[in-house]
Amino acid sequence: MSLEKQELLDLKSKIGREPTSTELQIVAAEWSEHCSYKSSKKHLKMLPMTGPLVINEKGYDSGVLDVGDGYVVTAHIESHNHPSAVEPYGGAATGVGGVIRDILSAGTRPIAIFDGLRFGNIENDLQARWLFKNAVTGIADYGNCLGIPTIGGEVEFDECYENYALVDVAALGFGKKDNLIKNHAKKGDLVVLMGGSTGRDGIGGSQFASDSLESEDRSAVQIPDPFIEKLIIEAVLQARNDGLIHAMKDLGGGGLSCAISETADALEIGIEMDVAKVHTRESDMHPDEIMVSESQERMLIVTSKAKLKKLEEICKKFRIGCSVIGNVKFDNQMHVKKGKKTFANLPTDVVANATLLDLPSKKPAYLKTIEDEKKFKPISNYSKTLMRLIASPNIASKIWVYGQYDHEVGIRTVVKPGADASILRLDNGKFLSAKIDGNPKQCYINPREGAIGCFEEACRNVVCTGAKPIGMLDHLQFGNPNDPEIFWTFLESLKGLTDFAKSFDIPCVGGKVSLYNETPKGPIKPTPVIGVIGLIDKKPSVPQKILSDDCLLLVGDTKDELGGSEFFEYIHKFVGGKCPAVNFDDSKKNMKSVLSLIKNDLVKSVHDCSKGGLAIAVSELSMTNQIGCKVSLEKVPGEKLDPDRVLFSESHSRYLLVCDKTNLSKIETILKKNKVSFKQIGKFGGDAIQFFNGVKSIIDLSVQKAHKTWIHALPNLVLHGKKSG
Amino acid sequence: MKVGVVVFPGSNCDRDMFHVLTDVFHLDAQYYWHEKGLPKNIDAVILPGGFSYGDRLRAGVIAAHSPIIKDVQKMAEKGIPILGVCNGFQILVESGLLPGVLLKNESLNFMCEWTNLIVENNKTPFTNQFKLNEKIPIPIANGEGRYYVDNDTMKKLKKNNQIVFRYSEIVNGSSDRIAGVCNEDGNVVGMMPHPERAVESEINPIDNKPSSLIFESLLTNMGATK
Repeated sequence: MSLEKQELLDLKSKIGREPTSTELQIVAAEWSEHCSYKSSKKHLKMLPMTGPLVINEKGYDSGVLDVGDGYVVTAHIESHNHPSAVEPYGGAATGVGGVIRDILSAGTRPIAIFDGLRFGNIENDLQARWLFKNAVTGIADYGNCLGIPTIGGEVEFDECYENYALVDVAALGFGKKDNLIKNHAKKGDLVVLMGGSTGRDGIGGSQFASDSLESEDRSAVQIPDPFIEKLIIEAVLQARNDGLIHAMKDLGGGGLSCAISETADALEIGIEMDVAKVHTRESDMHPDEIMVSESQERMLIVTSKAKLKKLEEICKKFRIGCSVIGNVKFDNQMHVKKGKKTFANLPTDVVANATLLDLPSKKPAYLKTIEDEKKFKPISNYSKTLMRLIASPNIASKIWVYGQYDHEVGIRTVVKPGADASILRLDNGKFLSAKIDGNPKQCYINPREGAIGCFEEACRNVVCTGAKPIGMLDHLQFGNPNDPEIFWTFLESLKGLTDFAKSFDIPCVGGKVSLYNETPKGPIKPTPVIGVIGLIDKKPSVPQKILSDDCLLLVGDTKDELGGSEFFEYIHKFVGGKCPAVNFDDSKKNMKSVLSLIKNDLVKSVHDCSKGGLAIAVSELSMTNQIGCKVSLEKVPGEKLDPDRVLFSESHSRYLLVCDKTNLSKIETILKKNKVSFKQIGKFGGDAIQFFNGVKSIIDLSVQKAHKTWIHALPNLVLHGKKSG
Repeated sequence: MKVGVVVFPGSNCDRDMFHVLTDVFHLDAQYYWHEKGLPKNIDAVILPGGFSYGDRLRAGVIAAHSPIIKDVQKMAEKGIPILGVCNGFQILVESGLLPGVLLKNESLNFMCEWTNLIVENNKTPFTNQFKLNEKIPIPIANGEGRYYVDNDTMKKLKKNNQIVFRYSEIVNGSSDRIAGVCNEDGNVVGMMPHPERAVESEINPIDNKPSSLIFESLLTNMGATK
């Protein structure tokens, strides 16, 4: 794990001499895929990153959105896939820690955590079960201790993650606009390393993350300490309040190498530092090790000599380490010394800017035939099929997961996890809604439409709470980019996301690219995970309890596009078919109409149709409200299709609306005026989930029975190895 | 009336409690860092939830040896109302101000969910506005919340009316479904659920009135006007 031959030649020609061993370590860390984005950076520029609410400042590790009244929301997403696949507890926990420090480094208090988890098929893969269980505990132990609520996320199982794990963590922060750190440095300023000690854990972590996972290099996995992180949060926020921070950066991938070079490069300064001043866990660490250690819970702070004393007092109060390790110069050099001896002296722009690549791409051969469907065995008992889907690991309730996360601490959580999207209250009387979504099954079949689908689904979830999407985070996870076919899927996904973001005016405020996600059996399916942040001006009136006689409406067309659906993959064990595609015009109309209905208090509850299709979406409403529902399939908007297609198609842009019957005509008038495709498809009441095809009943399930299965299926499987449904 | 909110390294519900005391009940609340002492003129002390010292060794055990605990003990002896919530309860137990211990939940997992409490003692400074057996919808969030006492202590608790709250159903395997207890004098109360997360209707999906009575009781007890 070091520089490629060509990179070494580049480095030599740029500095005009042989690099020292420390310089090689520093550059190898900083030029790794993980830190430099060298394969993806050229292309990421296509995403729209500005907008009226976006605040761009140099050197931020998180996106900043202006939410009015002098307040800002910050957002970021990261993954910790390689470490979590080897050591799921520590990998997932330090994943939380890293993204929290990105939020903190803008000068905002972290207020929410989201996690997206993906593993192999836990029904028969015991290792996947072990990875899942321990990743959840890792996130719980870390987030709970910090007192930051974990309020949303997703869990998915697919054979493509066998022997592997995707652990994505997103976080939101909140603060006053005036309190944002305006990264700058003055002559004579000091560079301070604050927080945990530097040890031998996580050495070479960023290169480890930039390679296929062949060896289980446990020493490259960082060790979590949420207690120190909590102290750092409070210390940093106090230092921020006292105006002691000129510039700040968290130490993540690449450790000090990355933090020093990127800070210097962003601020156009030089930094001279002495590794002997770094507080270390072991006394005999070599400068190379100190520079690339990825020990957690550390922050780099630039402050002035005059402010240092106060900063030291704060660190003393919280009993966390605080070492002056260097000072600001104006020579644009990164100068690393130990005492008087120089170990590295490099131009910061050379270190911080790896040579960007233009990798070749080619449409994968498998895509030629993937959309062809095979002939399926007809479904003889739809009630049984629905029950199997309700119990399937991807659809079953995730309460076993989020019940282990403190999702109430901070007393902002208005709508708790388990709904389409959670809602947080903000100090200015507004409300924030956010959700992350991925769909590798659809992205595998059509990387472009699949990625757009993830984006639209996250928007739908946020819209269901009454929030208008104001920003997005993208996390692009793929296999080895040197394979032109994999790189093609990356580019297609990115282009799709860009088109959607531009068309819907939703700026990308942050993101991450994670490549080299390979399992012993090959690359993972393309897995972009999209986070969408939405804002609500007044307290939303949804969701309200659904009562007998309430009406059920479906907005949006149901189409014959079941590729990547749970029905095809879980019930028929078939990978292929036509991937659902988003029609941008319909999507916009539907979104706008649903938001206006919620704003005018005309609906009691809104739920999006996604995994498992209409049948699952209706069941979820019934189960969570403990009330039956009667649905007529022939009323479902869209082309005439067979019952299995109508029940389980995962077409996008669809919303289930629940309303009191007195509001029905008002709703119909608005939807007709907006030229939205919709129909009343059913009514609530009784204690059974019922679907009719004409006069023929094709599904009749007890709500209570379904609910019990839905709640217990996941823990039964994880804890007792028992399949339900 | 002056209420002290004690802050330990790792406390994380201190700001939530402070918000409720000041913004909802308009009390004069102050934070007190664990290394400092408590002033004499304080009317009540609250130990908020969190993970003091990262729950190392055992939840609450290190914080129980903080300098400020000596002052809390003195105030307890003087009969000043003291409330420990979640980690605060664990600290009161570890410091010997309350009987029993808090073990890992029966599920061995951290549990965050809404549950119902039953008021078993309405004579304490934090429960005097409740009717006996009144139900309180309230959230719990803990990993070590299973209250345990041996049989002899249990007999004493019952005899002295020291059981303040019970869960209405079995939640985590606590002895006799106990969720909160008080000392013999009744002025020191500890509870695992989080009243500060349940007093505002905006974030309480069920009913915020019963939880508010915990704070109303404190106000009534002191005969204070807000």
